[in-house]
Amino acid sequence: MTELLQQLINGLSLGAIYALIALGYTMVYGVLRFINFAHSDVFMVGAFAGYFLARPLPTDSVFTGVLVLLGAMAICALLGVVIEKLAYRPLRGRSTLTVLITAIGVSLLLQNLGQRIFGANPRSFPALFPVHQFHAGGIVVSSAQIMVFAVALVLLFLLRHVVLHTRTGTAMRALSFNPVAASLVGVNNDRVISFTFALGSALAAAGGILYASNYPSIDPLMGTLPGMKAFVAAVLGGIGNIAGAAVGGLVLGLVETAVVALGGSTYRDAVAFAVLILILLLRPEGLLGRRIAEKA
Amino acid sequence: MKHLRFSLVAVSLAGALCVAGCGKSGGGATIRVGEYASLTGKEATFGTSSHEGTLLAVDEVNAAGGVLGKKLELIYEDNRSTPGESATIAKKLINSDKVVALLGEVASGRSLEAAPIAQANHIPMISPSSTNPKVTETGDYIFRVCFTDPFQGKLLAEFAKDTLHAKKVAIFSDVAAPYSVGLAQYFREPFLADGGTVVSDQKYTGGDKDFKAQLTVIKNANPDAIMVPGYYTDVGLIVAQARQLGITVPMFGGDGWEAPELIQIAGADALKNTYYSTHFSPQSTDPRVQKFVMAYQAKYGGKVPDAMAALGYDSVMVLVDAMKHAGTTDEPALRDAIAMTKDFPGVTGSTTLDAKRDAAKPAVIITVKDGKFQYLETVAP
Repeated sequence: MTELLQQLINGLSLGAIYALIALGYTMVYGVLRFINFAHSDVFMVGAFAGYFLARPLPTDSVFTGVLVLLGAMAICALLGVVIEKLAYRPLRGRSTLTVLITAIGVSLLLQNLGQRIFGANPRSFPALFPVHQFHAGGIVVSSAQIMVFAVALVLLFLLRHVVLHTRTGTAMRALSFNPVAASLVGVNNDRVISFTFALGSALAAAGGILYASNYPSIDPLMGTLPGMKAFVAAVLGGIGNIAGAAVGGLVLGLVETAVVALGGSTYRDAVAFAVLILILLLRPEGLLGRRIAEKA
Repeated sequence: MKHLRFSLVAVSLAGALCVAGCGKSGGGATIRVGEYASLTGKEATFGTSSHEGTLLAVDEVNAAGGVLGKKLELIYEDNRSTPGESATIAKKLINSDKVVALLGEVASGRSLEAAPIAQANHIPMISPSSTNPKVTETGDYIFRVCFTDPFQGKLLAEFAKDTLHAKKVAIFSDVAAPYSVGLAQYFREPFLADGGTVVSDQKYTGGDKDFKAQLTVIKNANPDAIMVPGYYTDVGLIVAQARQLGITVPMFGGDGWEAPELIQIAGADALKNTYYSTHFSPQSTDPRVQKFVMAYQAKYGGKVPDAMAALGYDSVMVLVDAMKHAGTTDEPALRDAIAMTKDFPGVTGSTTLDAKRDAAKPAVIITVKDGKFQYLETVAP
């Protein structure tokens, strides 16, 4: 029984990380109908930003943790805006395939730049927040895992608040329905899109810092696999749906942990892709998504 | 049309000249030796260390006048710890750079990639520290200067039983690394034969970051000790996560653990009560070892050499010794001379290559104390 509970915790904490990264994918898609494949590499840049920001600061302190987290989020928000301005804006209005391939190009650029600048060797990520193991009747929960839950939850609600209750959020939603009409009613499309990317990239950075806090080995290619799984999580929950990203992430984390616990650890990555295929075959709008009929 | 035909002729002439110009480097001014190593990537420490040991040896040999009247020229390439690269590099070193011998690699998986190429081209390959038996089984041009995993597995089985007093062991191995799979098997057989039980056999894939699911299963099987025959980047995370889950039993493994990064990744606290076997300890009082340690520290700014550096050094010295005995770098004379290496005084111990082209060498057990590697005991072959 304790084993089952422990595996549940393992699965949920893994899932929370996927959920955090998936939030970025789903938000950009929700507003712009565009899958930002460079998201996983902004995640990586966030982790490295955290690594370098943490260098002069003391470890095991809440102050360091918060400062580094916010710092990395700011840096990546800036990066996101720059990427949008240089790579995606010139292609606005072109076919989705063009922008998709550009996104993959940006992803590869970031990975290879990372390898050039940071070197391909894994680095050890320092402990930012104080680490503590909580024991309760045979189950162990790490404070790093609790941190992921907490931050993911806070960001989830913050994001929801921004999208539903602020003017910019309303502008984002207007843009997602019809960009032309939105600009006609006075929405500054360029600004709103930049803001969307800034927000999504900040979320990626938060994901990167928390991922690195749990698995303290970072390297320039670290974003590929978690990014792909987070993308699957976003699709699983219903891409474009914020709550869906959370649900998708948690479900994927639990399924992956279950497969590994049952002895199929070599299939742990395959599971995510099997889930992707299944959900696209059986319920392509995702668990929380709604089927939108296209006007013929 | 005239231009096209002219350019075609010009290009084919140039090509023919190039081919004619490329001859065997036997008559060159230097003896070219190729090295392929993981200088970057997941096992960067292995490649960097063995490369530094190799370089030190080449410099020493050249400072003493070279071999057969010529200087040694080391041509090395980085395989980035990535599968597939070693094969490409081996082909390049042999065909393009015309090396007379190949040095590499530390990881058995990557040695296995290059070995068939060296064998097919009749170029002797000396692996400094690949321990999987399959490496030398590839063919009679493939050698190693270190012990093999059947020996390492057996000594770990004895260590678990006699020193750790573990009757029930869990094994957590890397399915993607032939070294890990092999060492786990070579541990399991003697351990079971000696009356022990393997209570849990879990797997992971090299490069995974999250091991909590498998470690939870292991924890529940209640082992007396956990064997992790993997590479340091993964082992560091595994040991850290195991301690986080409240697993306090001793954890041990093989020479894949040897890297200063292990302490960085896992943290000194998590590494309490861990042990691993390896080929060399810089703390040995043997004068040959101390001379090597001092030369290495002088060349590399005070850095202390590890087993991979020592074996890299020995691989060059064994090769040079064979060249001197053969009096030539032609095949099969060089190959035969390497095969006849007997009681060569290496820094990792007296090296004799047996009929299978393996070396029977002593091993040392290292533990981690106060965040530093500490020599525990030597195990003779």
